Amino acid sequence: MIGGLDFSVVRDNLSYFFIGRYPKGPLGGVGLTLYLAVVSLALSFIGGLILGLLSVSRNRLLRYGSMAAIQTIRGMPLLMVIFWMFFLLPAMLGGGMTASWTIIVALTLFTSAYMSEIVRAGITGIPKGQMEAAISTGLSHGQAMIHIILPQALRNMIPSFVNQFVSMIKDTSLAFIVGVSELTQIATQINNRTMLYPTEIFIFIAVIYFIICFAFTELSRWLERRLAYRKAI
Amino acid sequence: MIRFEGVHKWFDKLHVLNNINLHVRSGEVVVVCGPSGSGKSTLIRTINDLEPINEGKLLVDGKDLSDKKTDINKMRAEIGFVFQQFNLYPHLTVLRNITLATMKIRNLSRKDAEEQAMTLLKRVGLPEKRDAYPSQLSGGQQQRVAIARGLAMKPKIMLFDEPTSALDPEMIGEVLQVMKDLALSGMTMIVVSHEMGFAREVSHRIIFMDFGTILEEAPPEEFFKNPQHDRAKQFLKQILSPMH
Ligand SMILES: Nc1ncnc2c1ncn2[C@@H]1O[C@H](COP(=O)(O)OP(=O)(O)OP(=O)(O)O)[C@@H](O)[C@H]1O
Ligand SMILES: [Mg+2]
Repeated sequence: MIGGLDFSVVRDNLSYFFIGRYPKGPLGGVGLTLYLAVVSLALSFIGGLILGLLSVSRNRLLRYGSMAAIQTIRGMPLLMVIFWMFFLLPAMLGGGMTASWTIIVALTLFTSAYMSEIVRAGITGIPKGQMEAAISTGLSHGQAMIHIILPQALRNMIPSFVNQFVSMIKDTSLAFIVGVSELTQIATQINNRTMLYPTEIFIFIAVIYFIICFAFTELSRWLERRLAYRKAI
Repeated sequence: MIRFEGVHKWFDKLHVLNNINLHVRSGEVVVVCGPSGSGKSTLIRTINDLEPINEGKLLVDGKDLSDKKTDINKMRAEIGFVFQQFNLYPHLTVLRNITLATMKIRNLSRKDAEEQAMTLLKRVGLPEKRDAYPSQLSGGQQQRVAIARGLAMKPKIMLFDEPTSALDPEMIGEVLQVMKDLALSGMTMIVVSHEMGFAREVSHRIIFMDFGTILEEAPPEEFFKNPQHDRAKQFLKQILSPMH
C-alpha cells in the first residue's frame, strides 16, 4: 500500500504488462510497444530520408509532389491515419494484414512526413559553400549529398529525430483503438477485468512510458556527445 | 585555355556580367580586382559553372560550357577552386578532405590517394596536420589545406576567390607564398584579390572590373604606373593608401 493505493494488481500482472502472453502467445505490453516503436522508427527514418531528399530535389515534379504528400499527411490527425490504414489496407491488399502492421504502416507514414521536414531543414541548414566546394572538385550532386552534406546534416538532426521517436513511443498507445495489445491496451484490459484499481494501473503505465522516453532521450544526449566534432583547441 | 566571348549574366534584373570578352592562356596568371559588387566572384564562378551564364560563349579547355554534351562534373574535376571561406569539410580530417575526390573520381586506392595527399601537404607546409579536423586549424592553415584539396585533382586551372580576405593579417603571407610557388610552377591561375604585392610579383595581367564590365586590362607594371580610367585610379589610390 502506498498512500492508500494498492499496487498488488500491478505486481500480480507484471509479466502480462511487460510481455503480454509471450512466449505462449503473441508478444504484448511494453515489449510490443517497443517493437512497434522501433520498427516504425527504422521505417520512418528511411521514409523521412527519402521524402526529405525528394523535397530538396532539383527536379520540380519530385519536389512539389513530395511536398504535397508531406503537407497532406501533416494536416491529418494520427488517429485518422490509423483508421484510414485500418479500413483501407485490408481492402487494398485483400486482407492478411495484422493489426500490428496496420499500426506500423500508419505510424511510419505519419512520422516519415515529420522526419522529412527534419531532414529537409538539416540539409538546407548546411552552408551552401559545402555543396559548392564538393561539386567544384568534380563530385556529382548526388555524391556530394552522400559524402559531404548528409553526414553533417544527420549529426545535426539527432536531437530532432529523438524528439520524434519519443513522441512516436507515446503515439503507439493509439494502437489500442484497433485492438493491438500493446501497453495501453493491456492496461485497459486489466482494468476492465479487475475494475477496482484504475488509478494504480494508469499511474504504473505512465511511469513506464516516462522511463522509456527518458531513457531514449538520455541515449541521444550520449550519442550527440560521441558524434560531436572535435572543437577547436 | 579560358575564353569568354560576349558573356552576359543577370541576377533577376541585375546585370552582373556585361559583355565580357577575355582570353586566358595556358600558364598565365591573371589577377582580377575591382570594387565590391563589380562581379569579380561571379566572373570566376562562371568558369566552373557554379554560376551558369545567360548569354554569349564560354570555352574552357576547348569545351563549351553551355553545350549540353559537355560533362560539367568532368570539367570541374580539371579546375581547382579556392573559396574565401575555405569551405573545408568539417566532419572529415585534413587527409580525408584531400583524398575524398581523388578516391571517388580519380579512383585512386586509399594508399595512393594518401601518399599523394601527403606530398601536397608537405608542399603547403602542413604534413603534421594530416589527422587534424578543420576546426583545429588556423584560418591560414585551413586555406592552405583547401589549396592542397584543389591541387589533388591535378587540375589544369586554379581559381581563387579572395583567398586571403577572411584571414588575419599575420596569416596572409603563408597563403600567398603557396600561391606564388604555384604561379611559378606554371599553373594557369585566375585570382580575385586585392593583394597588389602578389599581383605585382607574379601576375602576368591585371583585370579591373567595374559594374560587370572589364574596364581595364594590362600587365601589372603598366596598370600600377599608368591606369587609364578614373575609376581604376580611384580604386588604386584607395587600395594602396597607407591608411587601408
Ligand atoms: N546569387 C545571387 N543572387 C542575386 N544577386 C547576386 C548573387 N550573387 C551575387 N549577386 C549580386 O551580384 C553583384 C555582383 O556580385 P559579385 O559577388 O560577383 O561581386 P564581387 O565583385 O565579387 O564583390 P565582392 O568584392 O564584394 O566579393 C552584387 O551586386 C551581388 O549582390
Ligand atoms: Mg566576391
